[in-house]
Amino acid sequence: MNETLIRDSGRRALLPPFKDEHEELRATIKRWVEAEIAPHVEEWDDAGEFPRALYDRAGELGFLGLKYPEELGGQGGDYVDDAVWAEELAAAGSSGGVGAGLGAHTGIATPPIWKFGTPDQHERFLRPAIAGQKIGALGITEPGAGSDVASIRTRADRTDSGYLVNGSKTFITNGVRCDFLVCAVKTSPDGGHHGISFLILERGTPGFEVARKLEKLGWRASDTAELSFTDVEVPKENLLGPENGGFYLIMANFQWERLLMALGAVGAMRRLLEVTIAYALEREAFGRPIGRFQSIRHKLAEVAIKMEVARALTYHALREFIAPELERREAIARQDWGHPSIGAGLEEVTKAKLLTQRAAVEVADECLQIHGGYGYMKEYGIERALRDLRLGPIGGGTDEVMREILGRRLGL
Amino acid sequence: MGATETVIKPEHDGTRKHFIFSQEHLDLRESMTQWVKKELWPHRNEWEDTMWPDSALKRAGELGYIGLCFPEEYGGQGGDYFYSLVRAECMSYTGSGGTNMGFAVQSDMVLPPVHLLGSEEQKQRYLVPGIKGERIGCLGITEPGAGSDVAGIRTSAIRDGDEYVINGSKMFITNGARADFCVLVTKTDPSARHDGITLFLIDLRDDEGNALPGFSVSRTLEKMGMHASDTAELAFEDMRVPADCVLGEIGKGFYHISWELQGERLVAAAGCYAGAERMFEKTLEYAKEREAFGRSIGHFQVIRHKFADMSTKIEAAKQMVHATAWRFANGEYPVREITMAKLFATRVCHEVADECVQIFGGYGYMKEYEIERAFRDQRLNRIGAGTDEIMLDVIGRSYGL
Repeated sequence: MNETLIRDSGRRALLPPFKDEHEELRATIKRWVEAEIAPHVEEWDDAGEFPRALYDRAGELGFLGLKYPEELGGQGGDYVDDAVWAEELAAAGSSGGVGAGLGAHTGIATPPIWKFGTPDQHERFLRPAIAGQKIGALGITEPGAGSDVASIRTRADRTDSGYLVNGSKTFITNGVRCDFLVCAVKTSPDGGHHGISFLILERGTPGFEVARKLEKLGWRASDTAELSFTDVEVPKENLLGPENGGFYLIMANFQWERLLMALGAVGAMRRLLEVTIAYALEREAFGRPIGRFQSIRHKLAEVAIKMEVARALTYHALREFIAPELERREAIARQDWGHPSIGAGLEEVTKAKLLTQRAAVEVADECLQIHGGYGYMKEYGIERALRDLRLGPIGGGTDEVMREILGRRLGL
Repeated sequence: MGATETVIKPEHDGTRKHFIFSQEHLDLRESMTQWVKKELWPHRNEWEDTMWPDSALKRAGELGYIGLCFPEEYGGQGGDYFYSLVRAECMSYTGSGGTNMGFAVQSDMVLPPVHLLGSEEQKQRYLVPGIKGERIGCLGITEPGAGSDVAGIRTSAIRDGDEYVINGSKMFITNGARADFCVLVTKTDPSARHDGITLFLIDLRDDEGNALPGFSVSRTLEKMGMHASDTAELAFEDMRVPADCVLGEIGKGFYHISWELQGERLVAAAGCYAGAERMFEKTLEYAKEREAFGRSIGHFQVIRHKFADMSTKIEAAKQMVHATAWRFANGEYPVREITMAKLFATRVCHEVADECVQIFGGYGYMKEYEIERAFRDQRLNRIGAGTDEIMLDVIGRSYGL
């Protein structure tokens, strides 16, 4: 009988869609996070933001343009590279706030420009964003409209040269210091979903103001803003995608945003598990390491299961999402919104988002419990992880909205 | 089940649309499901009283379903490991947990060790007719005094000339009341723990079906669910078997059976996500029809969200099993992940069963919608093939805890 059938060698192949080349990227990101981010996370949380220079550095290292074409300064990679980035940033010990600030830039603010933007918009916004010279943010949520996107009220009235924007946005990650805001506006008073368009608003435009910087439970290293718009003049060349076609733009990117959140949660759980196992094997009570007590061993086994199951489901959603990427780009180019590639992976991504965000909160809570008093103190970073991860079941569409999407697809 | 030296690289860009299933797997799933619906499902209620007939397994053998993953030279279909998951998925359509279990014992628990460890003669004698469904096997591990703690078994096999003399008893043995042969876990060195364990592959009955001298079925056990399956306590009293009945290596039985358990657990996990899918579908249909307060109950948000949560859990269990099966089929021995998959999928199945009974309300508690049976049947999964608690221990220990 083969020896491999007697003992688990621990050897594991990479689950698709990941390949060997992604391992190098993983290692590079890990080294960078450990050297340049992890030592500062507490300090940046206290400061309420991380240094702007981190964007320049990430841009210099190519992390902000992994999936974008080389012509625009990107790395010419694909979504799988970005998936590695999202997971590993969290797994290697950055904080929720740093992940959010960098992630909002690479994962939600710039993709619509890449997919829907004109060559001029690519040059003006995407190229400098990839280089880390301009910071992007995405503005959809408003004080009176979160999950219910169709009911946003920020208006853009047509003028000779473009649009006049009035209204407000809230909970905008990177909102305080962004150089451009990819902003959802109503261009038609009726039509519900179909009256929404996207405009790119630029920092410094008169009437575009940061109403306040919001304080929050976690994600403290990222700046979150309420923004107000008073007669902000936006030139027509800043219209992103078709007028009144904004809903498709939202839908196109929601899947990716949710998938990134799922990947981030997987990364965070990996880290929490690793850190907590190390602690449980080191910390002694009643004459032995606490990890050798059965109740702690089982708690950690439960944590490990949550992480591993979350990973299996998330990678599945990723495979389903990326499968028709080429077809999707072509469909978007000809505005063929009914094409099956547009909604590919929707159910899988929704399930992954729903499962992983709650799982990560539970994992963080259990890990805090195992750390005991030390978990409640700042030094191990566990209390921060719990606070950071608590946003998961809310941001990017609440758990309740995920259930509505899934329930309705079942015909209920 | 391949034990290759090197890990086969995943086919990322190949023609396989599905992560692990090719078109051939999907075609088989279609045809086998049709067969299950036509020839097994109609008997589900009757078999609760009579237990599934031997002829049903023989029919499965004729159609090639027992030997899906065994080489053609022994009458199998030569398929890969993923076919065993396809089979477990198809069997979920029987509507009878007991039938599924009885069949799975034959195809996924008894025959794989015979194939992997058996001598050519043993394969001819047990694997070939086993694949045809002509001889039915059982697996004897658990004893009245030793379940999860396999090393604590006491059934002894003591060498005497060219024979071994077997004494002891086995408990909770599926197919035990009817089996012709048995993969039996014994102690050849009663003073040792793990390293004293040896497997035997023995006949239990003669050609007329009479119990061989020294062997008897002490009793057939009554149970909460799985009524279509016979569960027995077996007794061995000075049963003499030839020395060539040893299966695998003497003293290596613990490792052999540990390997067997990995395949068994993964297939059990597949049966659980598939079983959960069946309950989910049935309950979804009911929730769309049943009205309360002027509309179908499925259109109430609280019920809709229950379905959303169930569908998410089922998908997660399925993906965990598929990812792990992919590793196993590629030559890894991922004990940790298999254990996780087994624990997670059986829990999901249990939670879904409970939620479905709840959505069916009073009807769920009655026999007619068969959901109460599914609930009773599936409850075994969190005990059999390793309890939840043992699974957690295995996972925890794999991290050095």
